Amino acid sequence: MIKTVGLRKSFGHNEVLHGIDATINPHEVVVVVGPSGSGKSTFLRCLNLLEKPTAGEIYFDGQLITAPGVNVNEIRREMGMVFQSFNLFPHLTVLDNIALAPKIVRHVSKDEAEETARDLLRKVGIADKESAYPQELSGGQQQRVAIARALAMKPMAMLFDEPTSALDPEMIGEVLDVMKALAVEGMTMVVVSHEMGFAREVADRVLFMDAGLIVEEGPPAQVLGDPKNPRTKAFLGKVL
Amino acid sequence: MALDFSIIPGIMPALLAGAKMTIELAVISVAIGFVIGSLVGIARVSQNRALKVIAGIYVDFIRGTPLLVQLFLVYFGLPTLIGRPVPPFIAAISAMGINSGAYVAEIVRAGIQSIDRGQTEAARSLGLTSSQTMQYIIFPQAFRRIIPPLGNEFIAMLKDSSLVSVIALEDLLRKGQVVITRTFRPFEVYTVVALIYLVMTFVISKLVSWSERKLKAVGQID
Repeated sequence: MIKTVGLRKSFGHNEVLHGIDATINPHEVVVVVGPSGSGKSTFLRCLNLLEKPTAGEIYFDGQLITAPGVNVNEIRREMGMVFQSFNLFPHLTVLDNIALAPKIVRHVSKDEAEETARDLLRKVGIADKESAYPQELSGGQQQRVAIARALAMKPMAMLFDEPTSALDPEMIGEVLDVMKALAVEGMTMVVVSHEMGFAREVADRVLFMDAGLIVEEGPPAQVLGDPKNPRTKAFLGKVL
Repeated sequence: MALDFSIIPGIMPALLAGAKMTIELAVISVAIGFVIGSLVGIARVSQNRALKVIAGIYVDFIRGTPLLVQLFLVYFGLPTLIGRPVPPFIAAISAMGINSGAYVAEIVRAGIQSIDRGQTEAARSLGLTSSQTMQYIIFPQAFRRIIPPLGNEFIAMLKDSSLVSVIALEDLLRKGQVVITRTFRPFEVYTVVALIYLVMTFVISKLVSWSERKLKAVGQID
């Protein structure tokens, strides 16, 4: 569903991605792990073109989306994204946060968009918060709203950029549970995360990145349980 | 010569009529300024280079030249170009509106740039275009933050509008001058004129700080 070929990204003279070849298959859950500064978030942000790759190709659903003249807005509505810092819209209620994009991007009617939003709120377990404002919610609740907001666009794939890193420990579980449920439903997911437990339990494949390259990849049991690369070993030795 | 404030009741109707004109001028000018300033402020942060440069030139030109010169350009200069006189009121609100637009543009630009980048990223990742992002996400949030500085801009305009007295528009200051030709009491009259300006700006600045508190109380600001 998503494929990158020789993906490179530089900020000024500093190249942070040195040529990433990766494939994410439909209905697959891929967890990207690695030390901070390894380029895993940049890699994720390139996938929906929030960062413009310096070189290389990205294919999404068979289309070369790094080609000139591609409508990035049409691509992005098919790829939901969840951020570390939630980024909910503080001037809108929870319901409007979720219903806004379907209304103005997909031209769904107000009633239909709100009905979908309520279904999603029920799904992420906070149906009673639809008229609250984001800052009235806990971090875990905000992140679940953010997931619902992304799902409301009915995307083909979901990207998660360290979705639990800004959360208090007791709220991490509620967000991971929502993500697990999504994985079980067959959503294609790319997750940048430090949650090794989640990776082991839910991932179909783990990519280990270090210094702008994919160093090792494979099923979680192999990459996390029996790593071959010395840098993977060193990293896992520290976080486990 | 002793001070004689007994003339005050007699001159108040004329001065209050002038104050009304001053308020009208300030309200209309800042309204025009808000429309121009919003567009120019957004142009200043747009991706479009040409738009950015033109907006920058406008802001620099207006802020770098005196309002009185701009007023003369419109009132005395423009008629020679278009071949007919510009009515004083039109000249005043045009010059002041265009002037205010440049200052409001900077307020709007700062307001937009104060909104966290994550807001834009979240909106764009949902497939919103950059103009939809501005319209539905960034501008509504920025607007709450620009209300207080807009209030200060209104106060500045209210005071600067006294410049229009030189093109014979009957604002508060001009009315004072007229009254003086009748009473020969410049000190008393200008004191009252100054106090009327003070009351107006005081009331507005109180409204501004009230709205500031009100907006903070809503908790919509990060």
